[in-house]
This record gives sequence, C-alpha cells and structure tokens, in this order.
Amino acid sequence: MSATRDVPIVTRPHVENFIRWSADKPEVVVFSADLTNSCEVGKWRDTYPERFFSMGMAEQNMLGFAGGLAREGFEPWLHTFAVFLYRRPLDQLQMSIAYPNLRVRLVGFLPGITTPGGVTHQAIDDIAVMRAIPNMTILETGDATEVESVLDVAHAIDGPVYIRMLRGEVPRLFPPEEPFVFNSARPLSLAGNTIDDPADLVVLTSGILTEEALRAVPALQAAGVSVTHLHVSTLKPFTDPMITRALQAATGAIVTMENHLITGGLGSAVAETMAEAGIPTRLHRIGLPDTYAHGASQAHLLAEYNLDAFSLVRTVEAALERQLTIEASDLAPVRIAATHSSAKVEAL
Amino acid sequence: MSDPQDPQAIAAGIRRRVLAHVLANNGGYLSQACSAAELLAVLYGQVLNLAPTPDPLHPSPFEAVPGPNAPRVSGAVFHGEPGPDLDRFIISPAHYALVVYAALIEAGRLDEAALDQFNKDGSTVEMIGAEHSPGFETTTGSLAQALSTAGGIALGRRLKGETGRTFVFMSDGEFQEGQTWEAVQALAYYRLDSVRAIVDVNRAQCDGPMDSVMTIEPLATKLKAFGASVDSIDGHDTAALAKSLERDTGKPHFVLAYTDPTRGVPLMNERRPTLHYLRFTGDDERARYQDYYDELLTVTADGKQGAHR
Repeated sequence: MSATRDVPIVTRPHVENFIRWSADKPEVVVFSADLTNSCEVGKWRDTYPERFFSMGMAEQNMLGFAGGLAREGFEPWLHTFAVFLYRRPLDQLQMSIAYPNLRVRLVGFLPGITTPGGVTHQAIDDIAVMRAIPNMTILETGDATEVESVLDVAHAIDGPVYIRMLRGEVPRLFPPEEPFVFNSARPLSLAGNTIDDPADLVVLTSGILTEEALRAVPALQAAGVSVTHLHVSTLKPFTDPMITRALQAATGAIVTMENHLITGGLGSAVAETMAEAGIPTRLHRIGLPDTYAHGASQAHLLAEYNLDAFSLVRTVEAALERQLTIEASDLAPVRIAATHSSAKVEAL
Repeated sequence: MSDPQDPQAIAAGIRRRVLAHVLANNGGYLSQACSAAELLAVLYGQVLNLAPTPDPLHPSPFEAVPGPNAPRVSGAVFHGEPGPDLDRFIISPAHYALVVYAALIEAGRLDEAALDQFNKDGSTVEMIGAEHSPGFETTTGSLAQALSTAGGIALGRRLKGETGRTFVFMSDGEFQEGQTWEAVQALAYYRLDSVRAIVDVNRAQCDGPMDSVMTIEPLATKLKAFGASVDSIDGHDTAALAKSLERDTGKPHFVLAYTDPTRGVPLMNERRPTLHYLRFTGDDERARYQDYYDELLTVTADGKQGAHR
C-alpha cells in the first residue's frame, strides 16, 4: 500500500547511512577487496580507518580472515561485488564462516543484471547457491529504505548473513518509517481487504523487479484483474506465514519475478512452499531461464530476458488466458539511470 | 591504423584512440592505455606470430551465450587463423578491453568503427571483454583465471605436438589472487616454457596505489622462487620489451613491464593517487583533456610523433 508512482531517487543511500549506523558499534569492521568506492564504503574507510581492512583482490583469504575476526567477537561486514563473495571463495564461505555459524555480513553489490560488466560481474545464481548453505540468512534490498534498514536486520541475526545490495541511484519505493522487517513480506496491493481474500493474480517480487511490477500492477487492475502483490526481501529462511496465506488465496495464477535464475531463487522457494502446503494453483516464474547473460544496460537486459513490467503483463495474459488489451504505453514510465551517471564513482 | 610493424606508432595510436573515446563518453579506462600501450604495441606489431586477417574485421553483434544450440563465439578470430606453429594470445585483465580494441585497430585487425559499438546494447565490443569480444578468447573479467587457462592451452598444444607459443597479458593486481600463484606453480612443475606472460606492473588498482591496498612486491623474487624465469624491464621501452618477450629460457617466462599509468597523458598526474577509471570532474577538466588531445593531433599531423595518421 505504501508504494508511490512518482518514485523519488536517493543517491548512494548506503554511504552516509552505514557511517551513522556504525558509530556506536565498535565491533563492526569492514573488509574490502579492491572495490571500496565501487561498494560505497570509501567514506566509511576514511571515517573509521582503524576498523577498515583492505584485503586486496584476494577473496578466499578475505573470507578466512573474516571468520577469524568473527571468532574473536568482531562483526565483519564484507563489501564487494556479489559474484566475488560466493563463486571463487565458496569453500571458504562454507567451512570458515557458515559451518561455525559466525556473525559475518556479506554485502554483495551488482545483483543479477544490474551491471553492464557482463557474465563475470552478474550474480544471477547467488541466491540459489546461498539457499543451499546451512546457517545462511539471505536478505535482498529492493529500494533505498531497505538499503538503509537492512543493516539492523542483519546485525540482529546470530549467524552469517548475505545481503543483495543496491548502490548508486536507488529508488525509494517504501517510506523510511516502514523499514525492512525480517522474514515478513511487504503487501503492496491486496485483491480484497485482507491477504486472505481471493485474488485472480498473486504476484511475488523481489529486489529491483518489484519496481517493474509496480509499473504494471495498476494497468492489470484497470483491466479488471484482482491482484495481491507482495514484495519479498527475506529469501532464507522462507517461512513467512503471510506468503503462504497469499498463495492459498490465489484463484487464477501465481507469478514470481526475480532478478536471478528461475532456479533456486524466489520462484523455487515459492514452488516449495506451494507444494508443501498443497496449493494447486499454477506457478509462473519470471527470471533468467537457465542462461547466463551478457554485458548491456539494465533496461536492455530486462527487456531481452523478459524481466520487465510488460513481461509481467504478457505472463498474466497467458496464465489467465485473457486478453487484457494493455499496451506498453499504459504502464508507468521506465526510470533509466545513465550508464555514466555521476552517482557512480566507477564504471563498475 | 598505424604502420603495423612500428610499435611506437601503434602505441601512440592506442593512447590517442582511447583518449578520444574517453572524451566522447565522459569516462573510461584511460590509465590502462597509458601504461599498457607499448606492451600491446610490441605484441601485436612485432612479437606475436599470428596469421593476418584479410582486412580489418567488423565485430559481430552479440548473438547468444554459449549453450547447446549456441556454439562458442571467439574473439580470437581477430588474431587470424590459428596454426600449430603460430602463437596464441590470451588477455587476462578484461577491463583493459578498450585498450585491446584500440590496439587491434592500430594493428589493422579490427575496423575502427568498432569503438562506436563499445558498451552499446547488443554489441560484443563490451566494456569488460568476454570471450566473444574482439581479441579475447577466454572470459576473464573475474580476474586471475586466464593464466591457468593458458597453462591448459599450452599443455594441450604440447600434447598435440604444436610448437607455437602461448602469450598471456596480465595486470599486476592479479598477483594478489592465490590462483595466480597456483598457476605459476603448475606452469613450473610441468615445465611449460611455451607460456610467456607479460605483466603491466603499473602499481595501480581500483582502490588506488597497490601499496595502499595490498602489496605484491618483491614480485620478481617471488616468481623466481616459484620456478619461473623473470625479466624486470621498463614497460615503455619497446626494444627491451621485444627482446625479453622473445627470450627462450626453458621455463615459463614472465616479463614484468614496469609502467607509468599516466604515460603520454601527463594531465592524469593531477588525479593521483586514484587512476583506475577516469570520469571528468566537470567541463573545465574535460576541456583541458580536449585541448591536450587536439594538441596531440596537431603534433601527429606535423609528423613529429611518428608517421601514423
């Protein structure tokens, strides 16, 4: 209910917020692997130089050091691109951090297709990998409010946490007074008065694709589709009773939208929930279909891989077997950030 | 393009093209052109034994990622037809892509209009080169993986009786990753003396000077201790680069080319210590780079900087 159509943009919400938040938490230390400004902690380093550790481009070792510091009572917050937190150093992540259930915070930037850096920089499988790691908690941010408030959520968890983080120009979809709540989906539209009221369409979205869904939902409603839309920001655990209730209320179709492979992420988690609860509705997963991506702009890749707002419309039409006579021009406008925006310190 | 046999002209052309691109796009990887221009010029212009391309080739548009119905597309077509006695050239630091494209243009292997496709949607001329990008044959944007792949390529070539060499272009930051050292260890163990790595030791990385991030020195001593042969040379001295690259040592050979990441664009010195990626602070700075570029063109036209156009 809290999303607005005129989306304010916050420039680099993490920079100052993380500095303020860390002020009274001396146990918080930051590790970086040569992507300090790219991950918006350059000013943090200059503010708390005694708590900042440059580990060089050496992620396997960085994760081991983080495990050691966590064993000594510190809370390491690792800042690098998401791919570099779980691909190369997966064994170190598992054995040096996850198995001993240490309080290490893995802050992964450039989730999914948010970077033109191509396959080597695009974390399209991170949630799938992290969901298969015992003890791991997975949080995904979808707007500036969540970028700001995910810190408290992660800090409160007594074990390793992976955060899918946004940087640069980030939309504020949710009011600051409605922060990230652990393991609690955010209802953005209800088909009736409550989450349990029947809905033609139940759509669950995460990360940047929530903004895409918000562009399409009003047009779907105007075309006569009753929609319950939930924004999901806790991917593991996936035990939020509100999600199960919403799924049970679906009468026509359930659609998931994620900036990730359709295997192993939100769509898979929803499928597992549906199967275990015996929910017989058809599920349609929007995401990358068993493919790597390539280097191009976010808008281009969203369209190429059918991840954008209009893809939701087409999916709903097929799922409900209804022609909705919605044109692309009926959707709320696209917000395009410049590739060489001044909000980005580096190209990547 | 330059005289494809003249490394100094190629190097000047690389810097000029990259500077022009950065001016047109309000940003780019300029310091990498400054540091690596001579390295790539000597390789493409003089050392690498590659088949010619019939004409400067056009980059193909992006079709698909490799898969069951999509064969791998290799940017090595810009290195000409492979042959058992010919060299291979593997590029490791994929963020040098703009510099590599400029070098291929200067060497007459890539059409100069290719740079108009740089970082454009649907193009293979990607900002971070992937194996479908001109000049690349491996996907190495996650750094420090190419040396191992090159080791496998060299081992395979030896098993097949091929005599050509396998060159690898590396950045010094990659020596922070453990995998690089695992690769050197294996190259030495299997005596893969057909592998020749040239390292742009510009002592700069994304966060700033390497000594402020994680030092790698003494690099030559470490490499020698791992069983490699090492030359440490001035990376802007084209004659020294060529001589070292051609040296048969009986070991995997590393040319540590010590370079200046502001070489040829002295304005860049004002941006120290952080040189990794240039984005103009405003119109004033951009105008000064434009003036410098115009000056370069004038000097070139007067023939004072070599015979390239």
